Amino acid sequence: MDLSVILFFVLAGLLVMSSLMVVFLRNVVHCAMALVAALFLIAIFFLMLHAPMVGVLQVLVYAGAIMVLFLFVIMFLNPNTPEPRRKLWWGFGSLAALLFAGSLAALMTNGESADPMSVAEVFGSPEMLAKSLFTDFVLPFEIASVLLLVAIIGAVVLAKREP
Amino acid sequence: MVPLDYYLVLSAMIFAIGAIGVLVRRNLIVVLMSVELMLNAVNLTFIAFSRYLGSMQGQVVVVFVMAVAAAEAVIGLAIIISVFRHRRSLDPQEMQLLKW
Amino acid sequence: MIIDIGIIAAKAFLVLFMVLNLAGILGWIERKGSALIQDRVGANRASILGFAGLGLVNTLIADPLKFLTKEDFVPPQGDKFLHTLAPCMALFTALVTFAVIPFGDVLVLGERVINLQVASLNVGILYVFAMGSLGVYGIVIGAWASNNKFSLLGGVRGSAQMISYEVAMGLSVIGILMVFGTLELQEIARGQGALIRDLLPESASFLRSTVGWLPAWGVFLQPLAFLLFFVAAVAETKRIPFDLPEGESELVAGYHVEYSGGKFLMFFAGEFAEIVTVAALVTTLFFGGWQVPYLMRDGFHLPWGETVLLPQLAVTALQVGAFTLKVLFFCWLQILLRWSVPRFRYDQVMRLGWKMLLPLALLNVIVTAIVIVAVQ
Repeated sequence: MDLSVILFFVLAGLLVMSSLMVVFLRNVVHCAMALVAALFLIAIFFLMLHAPMVGVLQVLVYAGAIMVLFLFVIMFLNPNTPEPRRKLWWGFGSLAALLFAGSLAALMTNGESADPMSVAEVFGSPEMLAKSLFTDFVLPFEIASVLLLVAIIGAVVLAKREP
Repeated sequence: MVPLDYYLVLSAMIFAIGAIGVLVRRNLIVVLMSVELMLNAVNLTFIAFSRYLGSMQGQVVVVFVMAVAAAEAVIGLAIIISVFRHRRSLDPQEMQLLKW
Repeated sequence: MIIDIGIIAAKAFLVLFMVLNLAGILGWIERKGSALIQDRVGANRASILGFAGLGLVNTLIADPLKFLTKEDFVPPQGDKFLHTLAPCMALFTALVTFAVIPFGDVLVLGERVINLQVASLNVGILYVFAMGSLGVYGIVIGAWASNNKFSLLGGVRGSAQMISYEVAMGLSVIGILMVFGTLELQEIARGQGALIRDLLPESASFLRSTVGWLPAWGVFLQPLAFLLFFVAAVAETKRIPFDLPEGESELVAGYHVEYSGGKFLMFFAGEFAEIVTVAALVTTLFFGGWQVPYLMRDGFHLPWGETVLLPQLAVTALQVGAFTLKVLFFCWLQILLRWSVPRFRYDQVMRLGWKMLLPLALLNVIVTAIVIVAVQ
């Protein structure tokens, strides 16, 4: 048993547990913290997969900014009443999710374990990511910046209090 | 080395868990968080393939997915805030005005 | 393999040991230093058999003992798990940033060359910002879990201030990244060993003769960025003058109010560890890190041509000592700043962050880009 495989299984178990906590816990703030833990674990997976820049961006943007926004909104809205739950829905939902996951897994894997291609040491480094981002993908990059600007304006307009 | 299939099965499981969250939970914020979970499962698939095929394109796509997810979370939360102001509730079952 | 892991573990242990001890000693410096500034004596009641050790006994032994033996208290209707988690997150993110800060060049033991940095990530500085953005959770969760309106108000103010100044901090560093061309902190520190003379082209002979003998430290190349980064970093750590989230006279200690005992000690130690982090970052990015001016790996290369050769271990010891001195200087500067200026009002803090620091940082990036293209 390789050290990386053991590490993979430990992290995968933690990740599945925290995603289950996101979906199943009653307290919304606990769900948000479980999602932060899940995002952090996914960032560790990115680091294992030779994508350090994307991994650090995940922690910086996703776990560090988007989830703080979620927590702000949760604290702002402050829901007191716990949501009603129906056991029947949850049972059917879990069954459907199991079937869904099983069929996805069966479709995506094909039995032969692919070995990773040997990549250069600089794979996933900021230089390589920037090279791809600013030469091949420069148009989506500019469109993404316009998209973020539109999102900022839209959020301010939508969440404004009616005077 | 960890085979690619392990990563694909893991992200399929996370995607399915996020899908239950969207369909079954009755709190709009948790629904939005489950959508984020699904997006992250897809990100994991992209990065795994990017590693195993030796191409940087997967990582660039993940950067764009993150930017779009950020924009979408922001707008979604703004919508939730204005809906809450009108209906005083976060239950998607109560927002059925457009149904027949 | 085992030896490699052992070396990394030894470096990590050494760094954590130094940081936590420095955080404790900073508490002492804060108390005695503020007493000096305010013309009073400071805490002097604790002593062992009459030996008070200049107040060190108080800060290093009596204070921690006092904190650790207090009752561990979760407010009623407060969220028990989150109340305990919040100080852990604050302390964890403050300590973990030291993994990428270089405290020396290399240590040569026999044929083994040890890089004096715990982890050399190729995204070094971004890792520091990532851990800083995780530090917001300590405040937000601590405020929420306390079930107290003052606490919530302090926490919301504190987290809004932190995320605003993160933006300014990140943008002000971009100038340094453009000049040195790398995200890795050890490379930035190494790059500051060159002289400005070597960075300028042949045609700028006036500049070369006046300032060419200076080492290429970040503060000489990017003075505006240094000011912006220092202000933004002090605001990020919520020290005075940006202290409103935990202001003692406005908000009854803000998000700290429901914390006592060991958890408060963790918040407290986290705050002092953040002081050391800010000092270490400022020295690494702007003041040459471990660089002693004109000291290369084999000895002094003075700008007028003379060379003084030194053994390898002496060079390493000089460099680590220089790093420690610079970090101590910036810690002292932050403590001095705390006791000298009044605190900002909250809308002034927000206005400073968004309307003054952010445009100045963008201007810095543009001007740096123009200068770099012109120099080449």
